[in-house]
Amino acid sequence: MSQTGETVKPQLGSLGGPQAPRVVTSAGSGGFSALAGRMVPWFFVGLFLLFVVAFLIAPTVVLVVQTFIGDNGFTLSYLTGLWDYQYRIAFENSIILGVASAFVGLVGGTFLAYSTLQPGAPPILRSIVTSFSAVATNFAGVPLAFAFISTLGSLGMVTIALKHIGINIYAMGFSLYSLTGLTVTFAYFQIPLMLIIITPAIEGLRAQWREASDGLGATSLQYWRLIGLPILAPSLLGGFLLLFGSAFSAFATPYALTDGNIALVTIDISNVLSGNVMSDPQVGAALSTGMILVMAVVLIIYSLTARYAARWRR
Amino acid sequence: MSGAIITAESEAVAQAPVPRPRKAYGARTSLSLFNWIVLGLGGIFFFVPLLVTALFSLWEGGNTYGWSAYDKMLHTPGFWDSLFLSLRLAAETIILSFILMVPAMIFVHLKAPKLKPLFEFISNLPFVIPAIALIDGLTTLYTGPTWLISTPNYLVIPYFFLALPYAYRSLDVGLSTLDVRTLTEACQSLGAGWGQIIFLVLLPNLRTALVGAVMLILTTVIGEFTFASVLLFHTFAVFINDTGQNEITEASALTIFAFLLVWLFMLGVILTGRKGAATVGGAH
Repeated sequence: MSQTGETVKPQLGSLGGPQAPRVVTSAGSGGFSALAGRMVPWFFVGLFLLFVVAFLIAPTVVLVVQTFIGDNGFTLSYLTGLWDYQYRIAFENSIILGVASAFVGLVGGTFLAYSTLQPGAPPILRSIVTSFSAVATNFAGVPLAFAFISTLGSLGMVTIALKHIGINIYAMGFSLYSLTGLTVTFAYFQIPLMLIIITPAIEGLRAQWREASDGLGATSLQYWRLIGLPILAPSLLGGFLLLFGSAFSAFATPYALTDGNIALVTIDISNVLSGNVMSDPQVGAALSTGMILVMAVVLIIYSLTARYAARWRR
Repeated sequence: MSGAIITAESEAVAQAPVPRPRKAYGARTSLSLFNWIVLGLGGIFFFVPLLVTALFSLWEGGNTYGWSAYDKMLHTPGFWDSLFLSLRLAAETIILSFILMVPAMIFVHLKAPKLKPLFEFISNLPFVIPAIALIDGLTTLYTGPTWLISTPNYLVIPYFFLALPYAYRSLDVGLSTLDVRTLTEACQSLGAGWGQIIFLVLLPNLRTALVGAVMLILTTVIGEFTFASVLLFHTFAVFINDTGQNEITEASALTIFAFLLVWLFMLGVILTGRKGAATVGGAH
């Protein structure tokens, strides 16, 4: 003990020794370096903001401006053109896909999270589910589409196997390359995404609340209707909106799954961009502006719910 | 008939006051049937597509199974090129993200907390502006200079924004759990400059957050398809799509390979990360 004390002391002294004069000199001579020291932080903050303005804000502004400027100045024709059947159906499909897959994700993710978080669940189960969720929610796009084509495509293994036992899902109206099929495929990343989002909220449901309601003679249904769900509601709504956004703006998965043959807003924009359809670039800009408007509304509602969601957190 | 109904009702009334004995909430030691059904259905839904894809990737036609699809995959022209291109772009995105975000976020935490809402707002913007809309805007606005837009390196710009929300959240969590002010003041009183403070003290303390951010950027960039396919660059996801549209067994092999890559990156996050580390990336 005493030895360490002795070795520490001289170190402190030697650090303090040269230290004091250095501070004095930098204060005396350092008009420039002090200024530079104060400017460097703002340089980095400014660099970040400049980059965001140049490559994120400016392109968005250009899209919005382009939507309203035609050959003869200001026009609303491109925006109202979104009401044409072709584009209206694309928006409808994208919104239906967003809502349907977010709903599947919400129900599946919440029940899975709830079952995994039960006090009686084996701990190994929990770590398997959480790690797998992290992988599955990031496993999207082209490979995910291929996995589902192998499984539920018209020649997929499960489709064939079901046909062998007399269930022809394609004759029953199912198609992997339709909105229903996309919803099923999207569930593969939506359910784990919801599970990750909702787990902290379910963990926040205190066991004492359940005990209190049991003690007062409430049934399980009453507990969920009057206590559990109202507390979870803001988190559930927030999760639903995030899931909606991820499905609404998805491009890679539907493109790879249908080879671009489905009416979704993202697919339509890519067709305009790649010149697959003959149309003005303003149509693409109007479609993009429409998507941004929808997402802005979603994010505004989300930020309102986020405040309520934090209320019951420990 | 009516008698039967009455007895059923009276039985229910008689039972009501006597609550069924149940164990206290925390004391339940096993899962209910409902829980097992939920877990079972989830297991089937998530496991079957992987199993089927793995089987397809080993299928060699008829009743023969083997590794030929993987062998073919590794020797397809473009496999290694596109994989290395994606990895290189991921590395560039990581470097750009760190240069642009780490110093700026440290200084905002330290000197200008008033700017924090602005940074949070910006970090949410890529969520509002879908990838396909951003690439529409970028191609409209920037038709040059050639050195910028004609090489795959151009992709690093949209990739930065794609990864921004996740990188921001990971760094923000890391910085919030760290007492940046005290650490900085301690360093300054010992005579350290900003370079020393950032590289010798703050970054080592932020390593979990940084590893998390790196892995999320890697996952996002490797899987990214939208930007690259619109701009016609041959990244790994574009390669998978081009190859897989014709060859089902090779597509399956590539799918399994891509799944293992994501799994590897996420393993990095989970092993190094704390509980609750951000694990959501995104290129759907």
